[in-house]
Amino acid sequence: MAFVLLQVFSLYMLFKFNKLHHAAFSGIANEFTGSMNTQVDKLDDYFHQGEENRRLHRMNDSLLNLLKTNYSVPDTGQRLVVDSAMIDSIQQFRKYIWRDAKVVYNTVNSEKNYMQLNRGAKYGIKDNMAVLNSDGAVVGQVVNVSTNFSEVMSLLHVQSSVSAALKKTGDAGKLEWDGKDSRFVILKGVSKSVEVKVGDTVVTSRYSYNFPPEKLIGRVAQISSDPATGFYLLKIKTAVNFATIQQVFVVENLQRDEQLQLEKDTEKKVEQQKKGK
Amino acid sequence: MSDLVKNIFRLAIFVVVQVYVLDKLPPLHRFVIPVLYYLFILWLPFTLNRFTLLLIGFVTGLMLDYFKQTPGLHAAACVLIAYIRPFIISILIPKDTAEFNYREPSPAAMGLAPYFIYVFILTVLHHTYLTLLEWLQFGTFLDFLIKVISTTGISLLLIFTVELLFPRKMKFRTNTA
Repeated sequence: MAFVLLQVFSLYMLFKFNKLHHAAFSGIANEFTGSMNTQVDKLDDYFHQGEENRRLHRMNDSLLNLLKTNYSVPDTGQRLVVDSAMIDSIQQFRKYIWRDAKVVYNTVNSEKNYMQLNRGAKYGIKDNMAVLNSDGAVVGQVVNVSTNFSEVMSLLHVQSSVSAALKKTGDAGKLEWDGKDSRFVILKGVSKSVEVKVGDTVVTSRYSYNFPPEKLIGRVAQISSDPATGFYLLKIKTAVNFATIQQVFVVENLQRDEQLQLEKDTEKKVEQQKKGK
Repeated sequence: MSDLVKNIFRLAIFVVVQVYVLDKLPPLHRFVIPVLYYLFILWLPFTLNRFTLLLIGFVTGLMLDYFKQTPGLHAAACVLIAYIRPFIISILIPKDTAEFNYREPSPAAMGLAPYFIYVFILTVLHHTYLTLLEWLQFGTFLDFLIKVISTTGISLLLIFTVELLFPRKMKFRTNTA
């Protein structure tokens, strides 16, 4: 009797989690596993310091090259302009905000790989935020948050689905994982009329609410066609090495709620118009 | 050390080794996933009653689940083997020696062959159920079969190694002690 009860309870937890990615007591459990993972990760860091240092130096190099002092302005281009507009017409507003985080636990050998980050709700992390690695390539998205830690569904998760596009032509498709090789993901839904070559860059599409556009995902490694749909089945070598991932950025789309609301309202409006006819 | 303290340490070590060593190893192949933690349940004392066994199994599984973000998956498998365990033991050990001379299952207590039959059956059950639950959500039947066989193989190899490396010193229980 107790056996049946416990079985039913565990299966209920499992299937509920698979739908919602939100486990019972996950708040407390996350805090506990998080603090353990942080300690182990501290130790683990010592083994990657050299590599991490080189990567950081490369990144600094690319940023230093962008500095204004590297460019000189030709004198003839200078002139005095009086701006008559009362409102700054080129005023910019922020759409994405980046927060740093550290991966404290990560696996690649399961079919459902999650990562745990050392930032949580206290730091402003919310569900559905994009996670990019320190070179700006796509890692995954946040699925669950506790006070001090958050869980990320990496691209290497059979339920993960990210809107991606070919950089060259802009044709969008769906990025998924077949659970087989942790170095490759699959891009589906790109029409066969598009010319694709091995080595083409794949980036995040402009249509995603979660991910900032044009962020590197990987490069086409193998081209085949899906016999069921007549679309391409592109094998993508990921830009991120998931086995050694350390530092990441969590990117928030500040307009996400507005975009979603608009979409919902539009659906409602169209629905009502249909009824009115 | 009392049985309780010993087993609490054991549980902590098994979970830590599983989560921080075996799950972090670079995978040999996507089907070959080393799983060892459930040996904790196989090593529990004979004297525990069925309900306690089930409860310990559930907690063990759940601990691992929270680390691996699969709530319920390992808990279900552990509860299953904790439930089956007493039946297997009663089949493998003759009825007339109901009062065991040893505290917990080991090659010395049960004899080498019966002990490994016991380990083999529970390993197969654990992996079959675990993989079945995963397979219900994803994968093909062939994947399922290969995965059960290969994970069982690597787990048995690991258990063999553990038994050789860490022979548990088992006192022969007598009435005088």
